[in-house]
Amino acid sequence: MPTVTATPPLLERYPEGSILPQEGLDQPAWVVRREILEDLARDLRDHPETRFDLLLDLCGVDFPERSERFEAVYHLFSVTRKERLRLKVPVSEAEPVLPSLVDVWKGANWFEREAFDLFGLRFEGHPNLRRILTHEGFQGHPLRKDYDPARRWVLTEDKVYRPRPQQPVEEEDEDLFERMTINIGPSHPAMHGTLRVVATLDGETIDASEVEIGYLHRCFEKMSETHTWQQVIPYTDRLNYCSSFINNVAYCRTVEQMLGIEAPPRAVWARTILSEFSRIMDHCVCNGSVLVDAGALTNFWYLFQPREEIYGLLEACSGARLTVAYGRIGGLAADLPPDFEDRCRRLLETIPPFLDDVDALVAHNRIFLDRSVGVAAISGEEAVNWGWTGPCLRASGVGYDVRKAYPYDLYDTVEWEMPVFQGGDVYDRYRVRMAEARQSLAIIRQLLDSGMPEGPVMVEDPHVALPSKEAAYTQMESMIYHFKLIMDGIQVPAGECYSMVEGANGELGFYIVSDGSGKPYRVKVRPPCFPIFSTFSRLIRGGTVSDAIVTLGGLNVIAGELDR
Amino acid sequence: MIGESWITTRFEQLEEWAQKNSFWPLPFGTACCAIEFMSTVSSHYDISRFGYEVVRFSPRQSDVLLVAGTITDKMGPVLQKIYEQMPEPKWVVSMGACACSGGFYRAYHVMQGIDEIIPVDVYVPGCPPSPEGLMYGMLQLKEKVDRERQQRNKERTSHADSDGDTAAA
Repeated sequence: MPTVTATPPLLERYPEGSILPQEGLDQPAWVVRREILEDLARDLRDHPETRFDLLLDLCGVDFPERSERFEAVYHLFSVTRKERLRLKVPVSEAEPVLPSLVDVWKGANWFEREAFDLFGLRFEGHPNLRRILTHEGFQGHPLRKDYDPARRWVLTEDKVYRPRPQQPVEEEDEDLFERMTINIGPSHPAMHGTLRVVATLDGETIDASEVEIGYLHRCFEKMSETHTWQQVIPYTDRLNYCSSFINNVAYCRTVEQMLGIEAPPRAVWARTILSEFSRIMDHCVCNGSVLVDAGALTNFWYLFQPREEIYGLLEACSGARLTVAYGRIGGLAADLPPDFEDRCRRLLETIPPFLDDVDALVAHNRIFLDRSVGVAAISGEEAVNWGWTGPCLRASGVGYDVRKAYPYDLYDTVEWEMPVFQGGDVYDRYRVRMAEARQSLAIIRQLLDSGMPEGPVMVEDPHVALPSKEAAYTQMESMIYHFKLIMDGIQVPAGECYSMVEGANGELGFYIVSDGSGKPYRVKVRPPCFPIFSTFSRLIRGGTVSDAIVTLGGLNVIAGELDR
Repeated sequence: MIGESWITTRFEQLEEWAQKNSFWPLPFGTACCAIEFMSTVSSHYDISRFGYEVVRFSPRQSDVLLVAGTITDKMGPVLQKIYEQMPEPKWVVSMGACACSGGFYRAYHVMQGIDEIIPVDVYVPGCPPSPEGLMYGMLQLKEKVDRERQQRNKERTSHADSDGDTAAA
């Protein structure tokens, strides 16, 4: 992991003691006084030696016993220099106020609202600081440690928030067209059932809109704090449920890093292969829904068929089709089925024809081109400022992929290309995903050719892996370990760690804080589609409603991950 | 039966027969279950074999509300409104653990089962249920509609009988 040394010109500019560098397990961290946060953020973004142009994540952590109870944690990333930095800003309970960084990184907007909603941190200068994930009738801040995880509040009809998008008032226009405000979603097929957009139309053009999310906020982070480390895995499945296994891997890798263990080679090999299959599934759903939203229903059927084939493989491994829960901290839940390799090879044969058919139908199709080329285009620079990662960013010409920049698992042993397109529009997002699905097949083929490693799929550490049933029944020591693991769970040393993988729609990170007990103290997901979707209002402005629908499909917003 | 191309029946019976063999579901899909629902309607499982493929996204055109996925407290009023907008007769299928009971989300923002706010006819367990499970649930609903019809007919006949008795007396 590359480290950031605090560049002298930057540190000298601030009063002594206002920045306190810390060594991190994963990346360097600075404890920063909130008074200098805004200036420092600007400097970190613009200084040629730092250039932290991407705000990956912002979250709160609650330490009730500290004098400054809350900590706002910022994760910064430099796309150009491939470096990372964590800023930790302590604030007190009496005055939980921080400067808003929306002017520095536009992507901070929704993250700050989230920290306000869940922790009650207030951001001065934020344009629209109101709840984002929980509903309007909610009281209190649920991720505070003193909040009862099961305490619900009823939302009644009269409290439901009614968005009124702010619109530029131009008197002349009003004579020509009548302005109309329309509501799309959340129960609308093109809004994936959980998203809501209220748009003001000028004729057919959208000139302002407001996005409302949180309809699927099912408290992943709070649930993680009330379960043991291994028990969190099924919850991770339901973040991005189109490619559950990648979430398993991301979470397990983070905890493994904190424990200082590594999954055995056979597990790593299988993780890489299954992650790539999951990526193909996810891209199939995304491109399938873009096309069905554009009216090309046939392609939806074509792209769902490869998913069914891959489900067969996942079911053989884990017993579940969609929410696999196949990863474990320290390896995999069970050994691979005996015909794993044959099944994979068969899939390599059956998937490409579907992709080719879809490409043949739409890649040069006049109607689809008209609907997608130039629609919702965004430049790479702006996308980075909004916090984009993943295929959508690569469609805007920025070649950042975690698998290339920080190769994990077996990605440095295979040869593959990172598809990058320049248009930044819906069409290029489609093309990136199609190209990536093919690259994933190439990765899988090479891994299969390199041969399946023999050996166990779980580490042989009795503090992490359950003993076999037989051992637990016949050996005293194994029985004790079994008992301890079931009753107390894995004991992860105190500390914090951020670790990431390339999820199907961008950098999927887990920031985990442990207090050394059998349950996570804080689990924060860095959901790739959260900052991407926060750009939606900007993307659809000036387009028509039908453009907005296609745009949404192309962003691959998965509600489970967006709302958590 | 008169000849080959004629049947005689009561209009109500015809209507009920058509209804149970061709539900028009409104998929209120919010989460993972919605993906399995999509699999169920896609080529491989193809729910149209049972006549249930006419998926409508307007509550006014559908007769089965298929709730697939977690319903949060924020979504509650929306779901209730959709249900109210559906014309009678209407049925509700609750797909998956979350819709049935909140699933493993015993949490501050998750409704502990949609039967808190709307009546449910068929509960399909699973997290998410397999497409086979969902199809079984739909067929259970078909049976339920059939049973309801028989029940109604029985009531009607006994009612008619008692009417007859009174007339005779």
